[in-house]
Amino acid sequence: MSILVFVESADGIIKKSSLEAVAYAAALAKVQGTEVNAVAMGAIDNEELAKVGNYGVTRALHVANEKLNKGVIQAYASVLAQVMEKEGATTLILATSSLGNPVAARLAVKIDASLATNVTDLPETSGEFTVTRSIYTGKAFAKTVMNGEKKIIAIKKNAIELSESDEQANVEAFDAQLDDADFAAKITATEKAEGDVLLPEAEIVVSGGRGMKGPENWSMLEELAKSLGAATGCSKPVSDMDWRPHHEHVGQTGVKVSPNLYIAVGISGAIQHLAGVNSSKVIVVVNKDADAPFFKAADYGIVGDAFEVVPKITEAVKALNN
Amino acid sequence: MKILVCITHVPDTTSKISFKDNNTQFDTSGVQFIIGPYDDYALARAVELKDATGGSVTVLNVGEATTEPTIRKALAIGADDAIRVNAEPTDAFFVAQQIAHYAKEGAYDLILMGRESIDYNGGAVHGMVGELLGMPSVSPVMKLEFDGNNAKMDREIEGGKETLELSLPFVAGCQEPIAEWKIPNMRGIMSARTKPLNVVEAVDSNGKTKVNGYEMPPAKGEVKMIDADNVEELVKLLKNEAKVL
Ligand SMILES: Cc1cc2nc3c(=O)[nH]c(=O)nc-3n(C[C@H](O)[C@H](O)[C@H](O)COP(=O)(O)OP(=O)(O)OC[C@H]3O[C@@H](n4cnc5c(N)ncnc54)[C@H](O)[C@@H]3O)c2cc1C
Ligand SMILES: Nc1ncnc2c1ncn2[C@@H]1O[C@H](COP(=O)(O)O)[C@@H](O)[C@H]1O
Repeated sequence: MSILVFVESADGIIKKSSLEAVAYAAALAKVQGTEVNAVAMGAIDNEELAKVGNYGVTRALHVANEKLNKGVIQAYASVLAQVMEKEGATTLILATSSLGNPVAARLAVKIDASLATNVTDLPETSGEFTVTRSIYTGKAFAKTVMNGEKKIIAIKKNAIELSESDEQANVEAFDAQLDDADFAAKITATEKAEGDVLLPEAEIVVSGGRGMKGPENWSMLEELAKSLGAATGCSKPVSDMDWRPHHEHVGQTGVKVSPNLYIAVGISGAIQHLAGVNSSKVIVVVNKDADAPFFKAADYGIVGDAFEVVPKITEAVKALNN
Repeated sequence: MKILVCITHVPDTTSKISFKDNNTQFDTSGVQFIIGPYDDYALARAVELKDATGGSVTVLNVGEATTEPTIRKALAIGADDAIRVNAEPTDAFFVAQQIAHYAKEGAYDLILMGRESIDYNGGAVHGMVGELLGMPSVSPVMKLEFDGNNAKMDREIEGGKETLELSLPFVAGCQEPIAEWKIPNMRGIMSARTKPLNVVEAVDSNGKTKVNGYEMPPAKGEVKMIDADNVEELVKLLKNEAKVL
């Protein structure tokens, strides 16, 4: 009856969202008085994987088959089923992500588990096992009872506060059986922005809208983002017009972010855009129109021309950094 | 190609969300319902594929009779026929079992869905259906092209995308820019009235989750306005008051 946490990495580094999943799993194990282990797949160093110990999980399994270096949905689901079976795990914790959700969905059917994605806090376990899920694209929450012994919980970013220790986990190799049929979908190429902060993972996001006038003006936002260690995002029309790549588009039909700080520049604040940012902790809006609806959803606002205000913010942040 | 498109019936994206009966029921009063925006992309791509290579598009919804106007809209956009599984969609696994059952019966080559429903936000039904049918499932798919039975697609990943190759049959959860949303024209709307909409009963299944009640997020406080000539103040507040820097 142990807990397993699935750890995703990007370019060999454990994702922030997965560290949150690790901390969540450790906290749940404490409440339930059960054992907790971590599992990672593909290319990741032992030294990096041992870092899950910092967040309370002291044993980590590594399935180091190079066929798993890319996120093959079906194969990941099969391997996780094997690890759970072998370890006697009945609960799997993972981060909600573009890989996590499709993997969790298949796994839930495979092992006959109850699945909840977008979970925002630790379960209530006194009566029925109940989690809180974010629904209606951040506009509400559902208290969701998970039936049955086996459970898969995919957590939303910021579901748990991270606190670090210097404990290291012991890493052990796990030998999984791979089935060729799980590799029917062949990944032939991967295209990724190098070195940037990943938007869904970012603590701070600087986002631009149509008010930025054109793609040539993004260097201004990138500079602000750089001074803050932030990721850049945009509104839908901006990605529709190809000013920015699609994976930066934030909102109802794009990426849902929940950073500590979301800075929106030249975005009007349409309800569909707000749907993607409403779980941010603090929102700053810069818009030249004092009546822009975004101000109603903001914590701090500046009415002004982006082209004047943004460089000044960058300067002030740089001054603070020094 | 025989295509099945699974659509949800969800509140318009501008809807104000509220609950009634002591926060146990979604309050539908004054709410406009639409085809889920991601499902709408899936449907648009399905109609394009049919127009290019022939075949048929069937839409399926698991829902009660109130969803029929939404299903008719999908027929107006270009689906040939529709199936409504007469049940309240209370749980992702329950819905997946319904879809898997009728998908198998119809022997579809391609099953398209949205990457997620905008009410439940599970992002799970396509994966579950794939597993139930023993088919590959890919999501979120932002580009889908065919050469005969072989598909080439782009899947969005954090910070980029990956390209996959896969042959039929499979399940895909779609998102933009896979196609442009289609607006039904007058001819579509007229013909939708007479296209078959078959109501079928739900197969026996037990859901694995149950909603016990709803909550609203805490109300946002007042916005604090800062003068454009005094942005240092903003940075100070972010550091000392909001504590996010
Ligand atoms: C089903 C559906 C789903 C959608 N999904 C999304 C989504 O996921 N994400 C999304 O973003 N949108 C989405 N939309 C579109 C949404 O409704 C808005 O059209 C869109 O968000 C507007 O983008 P914008 O704010 O960049 O542009 P605009 O609405 O044109 O606003 C530009 C703003 O910039 C300001 N401005 C102009 N010049 C300056 C300047 N020099 N300095 C400062 N400010 C300036 C203006 O005052 C204005 O407020 C969706 C729509 C629908 C129907
Ligand atoms: N009740 C339903 N009827 C038909 N299709 C559905 C239903 N619920 C979900 N789907 C499909 O599954 C996708 C993912 O839904 P979800 O797992 O709820 O996010 C949706 O975009 C639809 O294509």
